[in-house]
Amino acid sequence: MSVSLKAKIAEVFEEPGCDKNQGKTEKERKKGCTKQLNPGAAAGGCAFDGAKIALQPVVDVAHLVHGPIACEGNSWDNRHSASSGSQLYRTGFTTDINELDVIYGGEKRLFKSIREIIDKYDPPAVFVYQTCVTALVGDDIEAVCQRATEKFGKPIIPVNAPGFAGPKNLGNKLGAEALLDYVIGTVEPEFTTPYDINIIGEYNLVGELWQVKPLLDALGIRILSCISGDGRYNEVASAHRAKVNMMVCSKSMINIATKMEQRWGIPYFEGSFYGIGDMSDTLRQIATLLVKQGAPADLLERTERLIAVEEARAWERIAHYKTRLTGKRALLITGGVKSWSVVAALQEAGIEIAGTSVKKSTKEDKEKIKEIMGDDAHMIDDMTPREMYNMLRDARADIMLSGGRSQFVALKARMPWLDINQERHHPYGGYEGMVELVREIDRAIYNPVWQQVRIPAPWGDDGETLGAVPTAAIPEVPAQGMGFLADIAAKAMGLEPEEIPV
Amino acid sequence: MASVVESKKSCTVNPLKMSQPLGASFAFLGLDACMPVMHGSQGCTSFGLVLLVRHFKEAIPLQTTAMNEVTSILGGYDNIEAALLNIRKRAAPKVIAICSTGLTETKGDDVDGYIVTVRKRKPELDDTEIVYVSTPDYVGAFEDGYKHAITAIVKALVKPLPVKADQITLLPGSHLSPGDIDELREIIESFGLSSIVLPDISGSLDGHIAPDWRGTTLGGTTLEQIRAAGGSAFTLGVGEQTREGAEALREIAGTPLEIFERLTGLEVNDRFLQRLAQISGKPVPAKYRRQRSQLLDAMLDGHFYTGGVKVAIGAEPDLLLAVGGLLHEMGAELRCCISTTKSPAHALLPAEQVVLGDLEDLERGAADAGCDLLITHSHGRQAAERLNKPLLRIGFPVFDRIGNAHRRMVGYRGTMDFIFEIANLMIDQIVHHHPGDWPLTPEAAAAAAPSAGAGCCGTPLTPTTLAEASA
Repeated sequence: MSVSLKAKIAEVFEEPGCDKNQGKTEKERKKGCTKQLNPGAAAGGCAFDGAKIALQPVVDVAHLVHGPIACEGNSWDNRHSASSGSQLYRTGFTTDINELDVIYGGEKRLFKSIREIIDKYDPPAVFVYQTCVTALVGDDIEAVCQRATEKFGKPIIPVNAPGFAGPKNLGNKLGAEALLDYVIGTVEPEFTTPYDINIIGEYNLVGELWQVKPLLDALGIRILSCISGDGRYNEVASAHRAKVNMMVCSKSMINIATKMEQRWGIPYFEGSFYGIGDMSDTLRQIATLLVKQGAPADLLERTERLIAVEEARAWERIAHYKTRLTGKRALLITGGVKSWSVVAALQEAGIEIAGTSVKKSTKEDKEKIKEIMGDDAHMIDDMTPREMYNMLRDARADIMLSGGRSQFVALKARMPWLDINQERHHPYGGYEGMVELVREIDRAIYNPVWQQVRIPAPWGDDGETLGAVPTAAIPEVPAQGMGFLADIAAKAMGLEPEEIPV
Repeated sequence: MASVVESKKSCTVNPLKMSQPLGASFAFLGLDACMPVMHGSQGCTSFGLVLLVRHFKEAIPLQTTAMNEVTSILGGYDNIEAALLNIRKRAAPKVIAICSTGLTETKGDDVDGYIVTVRKRKPELDDTEIVYVSTPDYVGAFEDGYKHAITAIVKALVKPLPVKADQITLLPGSHLSPGDIDELREIIESFGLSSIVLPDISGSLDGHIAPDWRGTTLGGTTLEQIRAAGGSAFTLGVGEQTREGAEALREIAGTPLEIFERLTGLEVNDRFLQRLAQISGKPVPAKYRRQRSQLLDAMLDGHFYTGGVKVAIGAEPDLLLAVGGLLHEMGAELRCCISTTKSPAHALLPAEQVVLGDLEDLERGAADAGCDLLITHSHGRQAAERLNKPLLRIGFPVFDRIGNAHRRMVGYRGTMDFIFEIANLMIDQIVHHHPGDWPLTPEAAAAAAPSAGAGCCGTPLTPTTLAEASA
């Protein structure tokens, strides 16, 4: 690992916006988040994966992966971050190095690849991603990018996050560092308004950002740049002129928010677009901070009026499902704010919460759950896939809401399942999204297919095993040993696990 | 027939190719109670896993040795040992199969040596078979990885046994689906032969519902079956990629072999059935005579829609040959053929040229040749959208369609299904005409128009004049 990358990683571990890190002693902090992964029992993406996830939604640049075919060939075009314009980000560019490049180094091939991309596609910028093999043989992508920038007169941005540097969330932050080092602050916006904000850590999966943007538009609030969902290179480069930064609940790119505060004095807050109450709070926070930064004070009033109208409309639309959903039980396996922020909407539709996971929830999150649900009986600290499977099989819940990692647990138990984490099929952002969520639950539970698949075969054996595996031969797997299976399912449908095991 | 050209580009745009370790892992997923492991950093496994899950819509057992920057430099012995022990403890597989990656090959990890050491140090692994295959990411492609994995399984586990006259070994190529394998097994067994399929993804990736929640692969070729392959009377391979494995079997057990370059098409299946009749000493069952006649009829019905169609195909060598060969026989023209790696199969392809390239080459080639149909994996959908042409999805990964496990392309029946699929896609493209589709030229219209002031003919016909005229 190069000296510069090492320094970068140390810097990321010093992140002041990371509560977990700040809670450690000086000595613990020095060690960073370098806990070793468990070979043969690890799952999840790598740092390269994380950097790519963080930056790929910048839609008009060419994302060039410098490495062997596996890194891009096996991964391109696997996330549904939506674009309102350019489709260039969906094009897979890779140097696809061969044996000779491994022996002699791949820098020349990289330089030529950049030239080919500029000749053929003429993007405003090229992002060059380092990978394990090219890092190991010592290709200096920073130097190649600098030379290419001079030669072609276009920003060529090195993203130094080879897979072996660490897990995916480290990669998110290293991707963010590339933006801080080479992009943000390099272009001046054509004009500014007192209502300019940035949204950070929002990837516009299945277009969720567009469920929220009309609300901001109505208030006259301009998204100067979204980092990085539906982002444009020049917008991201001029992000330093915004008045307020909103950090979307996942802290994947918190370093952008904290460093922009240090460098340009832009205040930031953490908000969420999930849940009706959260959405309203987010609007209020944006308005309040903008007014503090000099926007006209009537913004607050207008925001409250908008919230009142939207909330009333959302609750009314959710109530519509009440007769059909009253008494249904949902098992909610998710983390953080979502463990309670969607609960209100579900309860409003008459759904009972059979349980909600609190594995990654903070103390405040847990307090909130108690407040809403009365006691802590419904809190699940940690649940193995086997326990989830049994709970569903015994019909102690009517539907499971979770991330993709658990989908086969529900489906193989022949119970309805709905993805609420990476929102691959349906956007659940803002007021619109919560109504959509309830509608989707209704659609899942009332699908007649569940009656069909539970009909037992008249001859007793309904072909479950097909003779493939005699039951006696199956070793009993210890409960905690199923963790790796959960993560195998994690990647289902191209989804990410809810957290990286470290 | 086709000459092979390598792309001269430095930058691969929209990759068609998938990596060797992924192909090898795919082969290992066809072994029963097996846990494939990629020896590399976490991402290597996770990317491959995503594709397998999206294609098959199943939970896929696949592990990683989780290499980091320190272990990459110092060597991965400790990680391999820890991975083997962890997997043994958690899932108790019968076989643990290790594939190397670009990272560990670049470092030069001696995994063969590591396994010898692990065996000495860790007797608790004595009840677990370990198979290793070297698959650097920067050499070859998916098919090569799969090919080497079969060979590695054979070399590690097969010993010569007394020959059983009615037992044959079937080596399916990586382009066959679980449905294809079931079809071939059914054909073989209809001759009274028993078959050992190696590897057999029809047991593990056919999407059945298990009664409980489990760890390793659920079905596939068992260890006993792999060992028993040493006593087969014959080896049948489907696709050039199975030749290496079949030859390894011949070397170890002296088994005679025949490799069928493809089993999609009429003539190749005739040869296949004839060979089975010869091995078993039994006539071709009536069922297949009838299917053959149905296929003939399907070819007659289908040729109207496939004849003269210009196609662009992007696929791994054996799949390219299977699909391209059939299309050629159905009257289509192979105008643009893109593949991933060198293979003797390319020599048999009825096309002028095969380019080892990417989907950008496919898109441009299809545009230049004015192709009517694109055939490749799901990543080709962007090109198809841009060219506004239909896309037939084949190969791996097909992540935006379900039922991939049961899609059949081999045997008379599979060939017939595939012909229908192509023909129906082309029927959708037939232009429906509207009244305004054939406007007259301005000259013709002017010529037909009444010239001004030309007496009675210049006056438009009205009801009155009509009445007068008839009066």
